[in-house]
Amino acid sequence: MTAPLDVSGSAGEAAPEAVLEGASGKAIVGRSLGQIAWMRLKRDKVAMGGAFIVVFLILVAVFAPVIVAMFGHPPLDFNQDQIDPATLAPKGAYGGMSTEFLFGVEPLNGRDLFSRVVYGARISLLIAFLATLLSVVIGTIMGVMAGFFGGWADTVIGRTMDVFLAFPLLVFAIALAGVVPDKAFGLSGDALRIALLVFIIGFFNWPYIGRIVRGQTLSLREREFVDAARSLGARGPYIIFRELLPNLMAPILIYATLLIPSNILFEAALSFLGVGVKPPTPTWGGMLADAVRFYTIPHFTIVPGLAIFVTVLAFNLFGDGLRDAIDPRSR
Amino acid sequence: MSRRSILATAALGTVLALGLAACGGGGAAPTPGQTGAASAGAAAKDEFNASIDKIWNPSDKKGGILKLANNGTWDSLDPGNTYYGYSFNFIRLYGRALLMFKPAPGKDGNTLVPDLAESLGETTDGGKTWTYKLRKGVKYEDGTEVTSKDVAYAVARSFDKKVHPSGPSYLNELLDWPKDYKGAYESKDADISSAITTPDDQTIVFHLKQAFGSFDYIVQMPMTMPVPKDKDTGSKYQEHVISTGPYMFDKNEIGKSFTLKRNPNWDAALDPNRPALPDGYEVALNVNADDIDNRIISGDLHVAVAGTGMQTAALSRVLPDPALKARADNPSLQRLWYTSVIPDVKPLDNVDCRKAIQWAADRTGLQQAYGGELSGGEIATGMIPPMLAGYKKISTYETPGSKGDEAKAKAALTACGQPNGFETNISYRAERPAEKAAAEALQQSLGKVGIKLTLKPFPQGDYFQLYAGRPAYVKENNIGLAINGWGSDYPETFGYLQAIVDSRTIREAGNYNLSIKMPEVDKLIDSIKGEADEAKRTEMWAQIDQLIMDQAVTLPGVYAKSLLMRGKGVTNAFISDSQQMYDYVALGVQQ
Repeated sequence: MTAPLDVSGSAGEAAPEAVLEGASGKAIVGRSLGQIAWMRLKRDKVAMGGAFIVVFLILVAVFAPVIVAMFGHPPLDFNQDQIDPATLAPKGAYGGMSTEFLFGVEPLNGRDLFSRVVYGARISLLIAFLATLLSVVIGTIMGVMAGFFGGWADTVIGRTMDVFLAFPLLVFAIALAGVVPDKAFGLSGDALRIALLVFIIGFFNWPYIGRIVRGQTLSLREREFVDAARSLGARGPYIIFRELLPNLMAPILIYATLLIPSNILFEAALSFLGVGVKPPTPTWGGMLADAVRFYTIPHFTIVPGLAIFVTVLAFNLFGDGLRDAIDPRSR
Repeated sequence: MSRRSILATAALGTVLALGLAACGGGGAAPTPGQTGAASAGAAAKDEFNASIDKIWNPSDKKGGILKLANNGTWDSLDPGNTYYGYSFNFIRLYGRALLMFKPAPGKDGNTLVPDLAESLGETTDGGKTWTYKLRKGVKYEDGTEVTSKDVAYAVARSFDKKVHPSGPSYLNELLDWPKDYKGAYESKDADISSAITTPDDQTIVFHLKQAFGSFDYIVQMPMTMPVPKDKDTGSKYQEHVISTGPYMFDKNEIGKSFTLKRNPNWDAALDPNRPALPDGYEVALNVNADDIDNRIISGDLHVAVAGTGMQTAALSRVLPDPALKARADNPSLQRLWYTSVIPDVKPLDNVDCRKAIQWAADRTGLQQAYGGELSGGEIATGMIPPMLAGYKKISTYETPGSKGDEAKAKAALTACGQPNGFETNISYRAERPAEKAAAEALQQSLGKVGIKLTLKPFPQGDYFQLYAGRPAYVKENNIGLAINGWGSDYPETFGYLQAIVDSRTIREAGNYNLSIKMPEVDKLIDSIKGEADEAKRTEMWAQIDQLIMDQAVTLPGVYAKSLLMRGKGVTNAFISDSQQMYDYVALGVQQ
């Protein structure tokens, strides 16, 4: 990680002070906090690498049908001609990898692993993003209310958070995912399962972000600029939306970025346990669960395992870099 | 691991006298160990399937410790409380039932021979009372002599399903127990002479409610192994079973491991069936299944005692390697994996819609799902496996390469009035990866003609009680297809098939017959009960099979097979049709 105000880099963009010396004739331009953060982030190569992979994964997920049409086979189609009928293992070397099947095929039924991993990215990222969004929205609302109003609102919300934090989430998730019927809330099939997973993962993770927001709000509401706004006659909503929220954006953004990889892992864990999106829809966790039985054919485990690993690592690196850039004191 | 199927008990009570043709033979047949050519030192040549229909590495050399491992644990070591197939096989090392299956390779192994009894059962009234005479001089491990009263006590104690819930309940249903009888513990002083009498210490007579011709098959089960009344500790008896066989318990840690050592009071002269070659047995319990496979391959273990075959992961290691494949055996099992096509669920009430499923199903895909041609099984065309009487290859839905025929499936759909296909659900047991793979394979191949399946996994413990075996649930939740499997307790078509095809066995819940409600089939079953000629019975079984397939109410998957591996340094290894795994009574250790 690089130092926040390192002047040793190229003089032009290192720090505002450097501009004073080196600028010949150019007008002195002040920089906003956002610009400074972006500048720091750009210099953090690890974080930028993470960001690049994240963008790449999102593109893969969005354009999965196009990618699969060009390089793979439909993810649900069996290719049993690729499988040895006695051993159930792929006929070709390295799990049947070839120009035809880039990552090889699944043992037993010969589904194209490349296509399944690409489609699996859709489920993983979609659920992780939506669940994170849900946590952030609930967490922010509750956190700001608790921090800003204090008193009994703080007590009630604080206790609610404690209850949620103490909740045996995994057990509840397994139980709930098991009893929900195929058609509910006007949804069915994969859409229902995705909605359910988003609800389970997102709804129970809000207290973490809620606590951070509450703490920040508590300290912010005593600051001079809030006092100034209040003495000018500003009311609660104005202060929350115009004074507090803009200052809360940084921690919320950082926390959201770090919440995404943990949600990806949670979704994978639920799919692994068989309560995620139902087969045959490909999910990374579900693929890993299928692969356990075929541990002698390692590529089947490695491909979805690597997908999860790379995604989680990329989000974490990017999140760390973002935190360093926005809030250098936190390091 | 597959538990022996528990037959619908109500059905058994109605069984009339069946011929005893299958129980021929008898007498003191020489065991393989005693007749086999003793080849000291030089191990036999490894060859694929060398233990099927013949003895691999025959030897009569005694000594050595046989090492076994189990990926789970026994339901119970108690002879009155066990129902696993491998347990029925293994228990003969430390217990003697009235009869036993002859330890012999292949078909010969289906023969019943007297064990504790002197001869097979005798009946004078067409199968309503059965008399067995015990051998004189058989002793427990502590030296006391076994009497017929101990056998009667053993049966009476196994009646109590609260203390011994796991064992088969055949004798509870068949014998004429007194009203309100609750077993040897609760009804201590009850007079059970209506069910069992012991005129003298050497004779035991069973009195049945109704005639039952296959009674010999029932008394070869471990419930008739004698238990001394004063040593019985109820559910704790499994911690130290009092042995009558050639081996007795040495150390026994339930759920962890146990060892057997020689029983000094066992007399080889009174036991013509057991060669008793090893000096002892070491059994490890709850060992990871993949680990067991690896240790057998490396020679660290002799036998995977559960006998259900190697794990999928081992297939790709064993089969491509000629040296390893040569140590493997691939026996057929008396077991069918199939899918019930349930006519209670619309639109499967229409026979053409059911036929569409038969035509569309890719049976090669199904076979692969069950584990491929070796560890899965042979593609099935009907309900009766090739080992049982009445088997016939049924070619009604034959397609090239067994891959299914889309054109014929679409034609059937049109005839059914659903030219664009329909939607239904398919249930399977969530804990079983092979059943999940089978459901996915069907989803894939039926999907091609527009039959859309939704997968419905259920926990296997409640599968028949609450879900697939409960007609009300099935109808309400549109479960058109249910993955199912069935194996026989003993090698006889009646005992195997009746419980899964007779519509009169269908109850409110807990059904194994999920889809076959055909009066013609019921009628044929009744005629079979009254038919004395075996050939005619066999013909009628084949007819039933054909009728069921014509109505397309089941989609057969595979006649099951398993892939077993002989441990390094075992002798006398063979697979008998009765055990469908290595016969543990005969196995020895290379000296």
